[in-house]
Amino acid sequence: MAVLQMQKISICALKKNRKAILETLQSMGAMEMITQDLETEEFETLDVTGQRAAFDRNAAQADQALDILQSYVPENTSLLSSLAGKKLIERKSFYDAINRQDKHMSVAKKIIACEKQIAECKANIQRMENQRESLTPWLSLDVPMNFEGTRLTSFLLGTMAPDITLEKIYSILAEQAPEASSIDVTIVSQDRDLSYVTVICMKADEAIVEEALRTNGFAKPSQVIADIPTAMVKQIEEDIVQEQGKISQATQAIEALADKREILKTVSDYYRIRAQKYELLGTIPHTKETFFVEGYVPAQKADKVLQVMSDKFQAVAETEDIAEEEETPILLKNNKFSTASEPILESYGLPHKGEVDPTTIMSVFYVFFFGLMLSDAAYGFIISLVCGILILKFPRMSSGMKKSIQLFFWCGLSTLCWGVLFGGYFGDIVDVVAKNYFGVDVSIKALWFVPLNNPMKLLVYSMLFGTIHLFVGLGIKGYMLLRDKLYKDFVCDIVFLYALLIGLILILLPSDIFASIAQTKIVFPASITLLSKILAIGGAIGVLLFAGRSSKNPGLRLALGAYELYNLTGWLSDVLSYSRLLALGLATGVIASVVNQMGSMVGTGIFGTLIFIVVFIIGHVFNMAINLLGAYVHTNRLQYVEFFGKFYEGGGRPFNPFKSNTKYVDIKKEDLSL
Amino acid sequence: MSELGIVYALLGAAVAVLLAGAGSSIGVGIAGQAAAGVVTEDPSKFAKVLIMQLLPGTQGIYGLLVGFIVLSKVGLLGGGAAALTPQTGLMILAACLPIGIVGLISGKYQGKTSAAAIGIVAKKPDQFGKAMLFPAMVETYAILALLISILAVTNIPV
Repeated sequence: MAVLQMQKISICALKKNRKAILETLQSMGAMEMITQDLETEEFETLDVTGQRAAFDRNAAQADQALDILQSYVPENTSLLSSLAGKKLIERKSFYDAINRQDKHMSVAKKIIACEKQIAECKANIQRMENQRESLTPWLSLDVPMNFEGTRLTSFLLGTMAPDITLEKIYSILAEQAPEASSIDVTIVSQDRDLSYVTVICMKADEAIVEEALRTNGFAKPSQVIADIPTAMVKQIEEDIVQEQGKISQATQAIEALADKREILKTVSDYYRIRAQKYELLGTIPHTKETFFVEGYVPAQKADKVLQVMSDKFQAVAETEDIAEEEETPILLKNNKFSTASEPILESYGLPHKGEVDPTTIMSVFYVFFFGLMLSDAAYGFIISLVCGILILKFPRMSSGMKKSIQLFFWCGLSTLCWGVLFGGYFGDIVDVVAKNYFGVDVSIKALWFVPLNNPMKLLVYSMLFGTIHLFVGLGIKGYMLLRDKLYKDFVCDIVFLYALLIGLILILLPSDIFASIAQTKIVFPASITLLSKILAIGGAIGVLLFAGRSSKNPGLRLALGAYELYNLTGWLSDVLSYSRLLALGLATGVIASVVNQMGSMVGTGIFGTLIFIVVFIIGHVFNMAINLLGAYVHTNRLQYVEFFGKFYEGGGRPFNPFKSNTKYVDIKKEDLSL
Repeated sequence: MSELGIVYALLGAAVAVLLAGAGSSIGVGIAGQAAAGVVTEDPSKFAKVLIMQLLPGTQGIYGLLVGFIVLSKVGLLGGGAAALTPQTGLMILAACLPIGIVGLISGKYQGKTSAAAIGIVAKKPDQFGKAMLFPAMVETYAILALLISILAVTNIPV
């Protein structure tokens, strides 16, 4: 439960060491840089846009080559491989790759060029296929399409309406060009849209024949080729085969380069790291001989950074504590169990400056409530088992993913415990199987009680857990006030509220309403009854008088106090909100029983057993998934709304150190002790 | 006379399952349309928006839960239906109303909220935790209704 103490570090060093220092800092990944505008007459910054763009471009090229490789030679990836994390490579092989970067980049360029060629060839094939398509109707023509006729005859070629017939054409010509003689009309082919027609007539009659035809819808084709269609189609087909040959050649070339994938990943990451370095380099102020960087380091790592800087680079480096009012980046440090729930806190917001890190306390309640909502021993066991195997099998998965899986591991254990307490093992599977197959009534006794048989009891306990949760939240607020020595606020905001709430609870416990819920009458001795009244009234007066103390106007002050008292209804609704622990807990058990009952409806024969097994597997997977989602969402809600609402604001900025942000590989950490 | 009691009880179970289920299907449908839109743009958000889409699905499950408790309480599942008076039957019907009606309405509105939350995930995927809260707020009232329905059904003497 701690927000790591940060220190400010300033490093001043010789300019000749600049790149080496930045690279060392980058590989240490312990320092967040402060970029500032110091550009005055003494200081200037380097213009690095050119280099940076070059590195970015190279990284993008390598990425593009990798994408192409992936689409032509897909890497075998299983569903779980996304959990495997980045590959760890030796520093030496990283540098080996860098030393031959030009060669590797030429591989990337070749892959990209091959891809481009494939795209061009495909476009060519498409174009040629279109051409072939347009020639198809003319295939039976055995003269070139631009044939104009012989010495005495003219040759007309064109399209007409699809429903035209030879008789019709002859009759049109006879009617509209009666003087023309010796006409020969051929319909080459007809399809749904057009008729493809050739007409041979005497040269002298060409004009009138063409005119007569044109008025009846005759049109010359837009594309006329100077070759016999069949020969042309043959040519096109040969060309297509040739282009396809080129495609398969280029594809083979790409496939042959598939083994360069790993090296391309490394090189791509190298350019990425360099681009990040240059991005920073462009913001660092320097003089003629020296340069200066400033940043935050976690206090525990500060000495190490100082030592490396002074021993290795003879740089002047010093740390200082951070001024009270300065917002520092936030880095959390928790024990092994609580670290797992850091992502839950992060998604709400990191603590802002001066706030305590509630992760440890939250993690306990989180796991507790999660188990209570799911509450089935078998489900809990499965979840823990799966998460445990994943953690062991993929030790290098990304840290956020690892934390989440660890969290579910713990939640699974908690679910297992609650399941044993409530007697839920796949719902009531033991009862159902024992009854249907062995004809005996056997059931695993609940260690505590069965919620479905006594929901009121669990309701009371849910609210009790809720009250504890809320009181702890208020307690943390009190702790922060005490820590900051705001004793007056502590008494006015915390003590009075506690007194009021505890008093009200003590008054409520012996009442008839509570007795009807809890089914037991609680009778307090007179002293406690009196104490409860004193606490409640004293607390109420305290809140009424002091909650609005920031206001000078006495009327307004009382009004604010009264409003604060009215806010007690908020506490009521907060506590009632914990009834979801009961509702979701019941939901798991009841749906599991529905599944078991449905499965056992068919009977106990071989067929019935088969059906039972199928229904059992599908039903319980569904139930587990839907209730897992429900438990996750509602546990989050209880933390975020009810618990954090009492004391926590969040809004801290996460610590974002200058480090090698790679995409594909992790490079083994350099031994910094030297 | 005693037949009418079981009819009322069954009507109650039907109301719980039917209305709450209808609410969930409307809600999941609304959220699903938004989710499909996000996945067209960015398939990598599939898992996140799927969770969002499923959030309004719980009302239907709560309805099923109450329906099932009613069926097992009146003995319809075991084969021998209990002889209910019409009064008891009507009581069971009344007990089923909260989850039915609240399930219908909250399912629909949770669906709309989920669709809006999917919009958050589309633009700011890192705000998933907060986005998930808004639909979960709507669900609170379905849970409260479920609670009363369960408590009422289990405590009606048969």
